[in-house]
Amino acid sequence: MDVLVCVKRVPVTGGRISLTDDEQEIDTRYLGFTVSPHEECAVEESVRLVESHGGSSTVLTLGPAVAEDQLRDAMAMGVNRGVLIEDEGPEWDGGATAGAIARAIAEHREAGVSYDLLLFGNESADAGGYQVGIRVAHLLDVPCVTGVKHLEIQNGRALARREGPGGFEIYEVPLPAVITVKEGINLPRYPSIPGRLRAKKATVERVHPDAPQPGLEKVRLRLPQGRDKQVEILGDGATGIGRAVEVLGHIGVMPS
Amino acid sequence: MILGLVEHDAGVVWEPSLQMLTLGRRVAERLGEPLAALVAGPDAGPVVDGLAAYGVEAVHHAVDDRLDRYAPEAWAACLLDLMGRTAPSAVLAAGTDRGNEVMAHVGARAGLPMAANCTEVEPGEPGTPPYLISRLRWGGSLLEDARLHGEVKLLTVAPHAIRAEEGPAGGGWAVEEFSPKLQDADFRVQVTRQEGRPAGKISLPDARVVVGGGRGVGGPEGFGPLEELAELLGGVVGCSRVVTSLGWRPHTDQVGQTGVRIAPDVYIACGISGAIQHMVGAKGAKRILVVNTDPQAPILAHADYAIIGDVQQVVPALVSAIREAKGR
Repeated sequence: MDVLVCVKRVPVTGGRISLTDDEQEIDTRYLGFTVSPHEECAVEESVRLVESHGGSSTVLTLGPAVAEDQLRDAMAMGVNRGVLIEDEGPEWDGGATAGAIARAIAEHREAGVSYDLLLFGNESADAGGYQVGIRVAHLLDVPCVTGVKHLEIQNGRALARREGPGGFEIYEVPLPAVITVKEGINLPRYPSIPGRLRAKKATVERVHPDAPQPGLEKVRLRLPQGRDKQVEILGDGATGIGRAVEVLGHIGVMPS
Repeated sequence: MILGLVEHDAGVVWEPSLQMLTLGRRVAERLGEPLAALVAGPDAGPVVDGLAAYGVEAVHHAVDDRLDRYAPEAWAACLLDLMGRTAPSAVLAAGTDRGNEVMAHVGARAGLPMAANCTEVEPGEPGTPPYLISRLRWGGSLLEDARLHGEVKLLTVAPHAIRAEEGPAGGGWAVEEFSPKLQDADFRVQVTRQEGRPAGKISLPDARVVVGGGRGVGGPEGFGPLEELAELLGGVVGCSRVVTSLGWRPHTDQVGQTGVRIAPDVYIACGISGAIQHMVGAKGAKRILVVNTDPQAPILAHADYAIIGDVQQVVPALVSAIREAKGR
């Protein structure tokens, strides 16, 4: 089974976000980068599927040249190949991103490489557009199940489970299909040392698309107004306990 | 016309859909256009009348036997059918799992951009200039102001960003049942069956008290005292992402952007530094009591109360003190 997994490079934000002066981006001068959590699980899922069903996995991203780091991280986890759709400009919207991914997939197909399963994260951690996987599915005319937290492949079909009103919903679709996953579907592994060495040497395929006109056009980013809170320090260690019990009583959650 | 996709369950409209209609009505008033709603499925009948109170002037009820189980593309096809006949200037849904999914399908099929999880919408003048919208990024830790283009504006409304408010209707009231043009392919993705949640345990989103643990808890065993504290207060235990990544707790316990959103009366956060992705999951908490060794931890900026100290000493002491107080 051949699996393509799509990821996005995002900063590792901590307790506070600060913005660049032009309000276009998060200030990442002191931040590291990773892939969105849902996508990290999509990478793990692709590796597991190939481990149990055979075939190969490919990781793809749209981003700047340095997004190659995220492709190599995925390859260190066991993904076989990497594809970088390279663009140094501002972030693309969901429609443009999906278009570029679908074109790359079509080019692979012409070159004799087709995919049985296309994995995405349900939404990226940063932009949260909730649409790239779905748009790619439409461009390729394949079914799409989103928000998947459990996936099985049997006899050329995908059995997918996701949370729904009051419980879980089960979907069954034929392959090829797009599945967008959520964190919790698995616990991603740590890359092994041999995995890292292999990933370091692997070649990454590069595609250079033209930047399209955005349909959703970012004007600026801003921080939401925080609640203006003053924390009351109840005490250091044991000295705070008595006051904490009072507070819990005041809130009305003490057992009777 | 502004068209809203209304989600409902067992004859009750979902709160995020009412919030969406509230925002939709404001946009409709601003443009001097009517507000209409689409409901789908055989069990939608009971929700129709209640929509008038939110300013809806026309309800379109999509009727087809195959709509008994949720099918995202079929719902999108219902909207597209209606869009073809009624030419709305904007189509809205709630920023729920289904709302975002259906609207992305609509955008993909119609070749239109879609803005997810909007909090503010400024339509400008009638016609088709871009809308100015604000939307959530990073699960709500950051806002984006953007121009939304497209012949028809497609957007979802972030749940709980605005309050659902009843409002006056523009005057008309019409209910139309219609048979949407649906192909078999629209049902290639459809719920085949549903499974209930295991009953009994209080769920994290519903809990009145949540005791959360982070890296500062020290390990999986460290959660014993947190469990004890939660049980004593009639609550449940949650945790931060680092805890699930380390395999100390199952992912179902994770509070945050990629986990569960909680809304307890009090959130007791133990050994959690307060990464923004965690705090967006705890935004609904009425009070936050922090136990942390570091008085500079970012979580203090979100806290109402704090005990500065080691979780492994403070929590057991708190458990004893609550037991003692209870015994009196």
